[in-house]
Amino acid sequence: MELKGIRRSYRLGKKSQIEILHGIDLVLHRGEFLALMGPSGSGKSTLLNIVGLLDRPTAGEVFINGEDTSKLGDADITRLRGHAIGFVFQEHHLLSAFTAAENVMLPMVVDHDFSSPAIIARARALLGQVGLDHVADHKSMNMSGGEQQRVAIARALAMRPALVLADEPTGNLDSEAADNVLTLMRQINRDSGTSFLIVTHNLELAKRCDRIIDVADGRLVMPTEHLEP
Amino acid sequence: MNRLLPFEWIAAVRFLREGRLQTMFIILGITIGVAVIVFMSALLSGLQVNFLSRVLNSSAQIQLLPPDQVARPLRGLGRELEDSVVQRPAQRIVSIDQWQKIQQRMLALPGILVAAPTLSGSALAVRGDASRAIGLTGVMPESYFRIIRIPNYIVTGKATLASDEIIVGTQLAEDLGATLGDKLNVQAANGNAAVLRISGLFDLGNKAAIERNSYVSLRTAQSLLGRAGAVTTIELKISDIYAAETLARQIAAANPVRAESWIATNAQFFTAVNAQKSSNTLIRAFVALSVAFGIAAVLVVSVIQRSKDIGILRAMGTTRGQILRVFLVQGGLLGLAGAIIGSCVGIGGLVWYHSLVRQADGSELFPLILDRQLFIVTLILAPLTGLLAATAPAVRAARLDPVDAIRG
Ligand SMILES: Nc1ncnc2c1ncn2[C@@H]1O[C@H](COP(=O)(O)OP(=O)(O)O)[C@@H](O)[C@H]1O
Ligand SMILES: [Mg+2]
Repeated sequence: MELKGIRRSYRLGKKSQIEILHGIDLVLHRGEFLALMGPSGSGKSTLLNIVGLLDRPTAGEVFINGEDTSKLGDADITRLRGHAIGFVFQEHHLLSAFTAAENVMLPMVVDHDFSSPAIIARARALLGQVGLDHVADHKSMNMSGGEQQRVAIARALAMRPALVLADEPTGNLDSEAADNVLTLMRQINRDSGTSFLIVTHNLELAKRCDRIIDVADGRLVMPTEHLEP
Repeated sequence: MNRLLPFEWIAAVRFLREGRLQTMFIILGITIGVAVIVFMSALLSGLQVNFLSRVLNSSAQIQLLPPDQVARPLRGLGRELEDSVVQRPAQRIVSIDQWQKIQQRMLALPGILVAAPTLSGSALAVRGDASRAIGLTGVMPESYFRIIRIPNYIVTGKATLASDEIIVGTQLAEDLGATLGDKLNVQAANGNAAVLRISGLFDLGNKAAIERNSYVSLRTAQSLLGRAGAVTTIELKISDIYAAETLARQIAAANPVRAESWIATNAQFFTAVNAQKSSNTLIRAFVALSVAFGIAAVLVVSVIQRSKDIGILRAMGTTRGQILRVFLVQGGLLGLAGAIIGSCVGIGGLVWYHSLVRQADGSELFPLILDRQLFIVTLILAPLTGLLAATAPAVRAARLDPVDAIRG
């Protein structure tokens, strides 16, 4: 995954325009576990959405496995996003109309039905991996914040993505739950080689990552710091 | 969730189920709309069928009559018309020339099932001190009764017509103080008279008919009215009742007769039916339209409420097309649910109304006609309406930018 000269601006009115990202170059290696830090409003979420192919940059290119995604159409981008990237958001964002297991199954059933035994088994296994076997058939409103976030992580892993993006995944959790969630993600990273890019304000957690990327005012603060050689 | 449905269907059902109150209210709304439409349609066609069967049971679909006698204006050679007002001559009992030949010709035409010659005139029925003016129709029972089913309306006696027998309406018999088997003295204007025995009493459910009408054999009528061998009308029964007018015109053009179809005779009724039909169609269309707007409104709100869900689904690889279909399916399902419940409510209402309203004589005002086609059409149109109504909200949902949707 490589970003080259990413710029993103928003229209504010008919004429005025505001640039949030001012040319970002970044390379993410396979299996890396990165923290993205920076003050509020510095453009972290905007960058994450661009990396996740949820948003398109105003200028610059996003390469995935050497392929330039700026040339892809909406349908191809959507498919690539579904298969290569998993998302974990700050507010869990489970679909309340579905149970925990069904939420985990959702990314897999987008082009299948819900009855496939393989998909059901995989959803169960993923819930087991995040330690939530017992809430598989619960609806999300009956679960704690930490549980919901772990279900969201299981869901993000459903398609065996190369990269999981997490925007302040521990922002709404108490420190113990936050610690558990990060431990879980590190463990998955170690076991399956999935890359993680995590936005966090928590320096303690960030220090447990391979690398911290600092963003300020839409620019990367160089050089990036290697914490664990 | 062990169901073999594609993602769109399951998501649609789940969203509807989760928005329980909203879903219930809109289904209630659709139900009312569908019920009104089903009720009105079935009632209208019932009333229509009732009228049709009444008309068709008591009159022929085409009547052949002798041509109008026309007074020829006096006209001098090469001069102006002397008198522009031409009086129509009084119409005597005029018979159809060569009626046997015309009857044969009619039976040879495709689409004509029965051709029954009749001779009508008026007479006086006398019994003791009582006398009544009656309409006398001479018929050949074997053909005539296949058109006007007098045997079905016989209250007492039999529909037989020997040369000394007469069938009269129940009211006429009562007025004359006569019953089955009694003899009536029937006198024609020309002075001919005959004594006829009442072989049957009929009730056509039509006051004028049971007060005045009587049937005798064609021969008896001919001798009474002094018109041996003559008939005044040939009544026709045809296979396609709605082709009556066209057929009547063709017959009149090719034969020396007037031909009156039941459609022309009942033109007023058809005007009324058509007016009612179009006002009904209008009402039904507006009911359907308001139902459609109701569905659209509910789904627009649902799209706004679900924008985070939509964003999440898009983030995990759901395509715009799938999101579109999730909401289209919701519209279709709402329409289907409303159509099923509404049809049941509509039928229930109709059955109830049917038992409630009666005609003056206690018989049903309209027959209960539960046309299968009406329900098939309803079950197709309502989901289609739902689908159409869902288009705008669904497009809106599909166009949502996932980043905006997730941020909320
Ligand atoms: N759709 C938008 N239109 C205008 N400005 C936006 C839009 N989205 C984000 N921004 C602005 O971009 C800046 C960066 O936002 P964001 O990437 O969410 O920052 P962070 O996640 O680092 O707090 C903020 O100032 C925000 O107001
Ligand atoms: Mg943010």
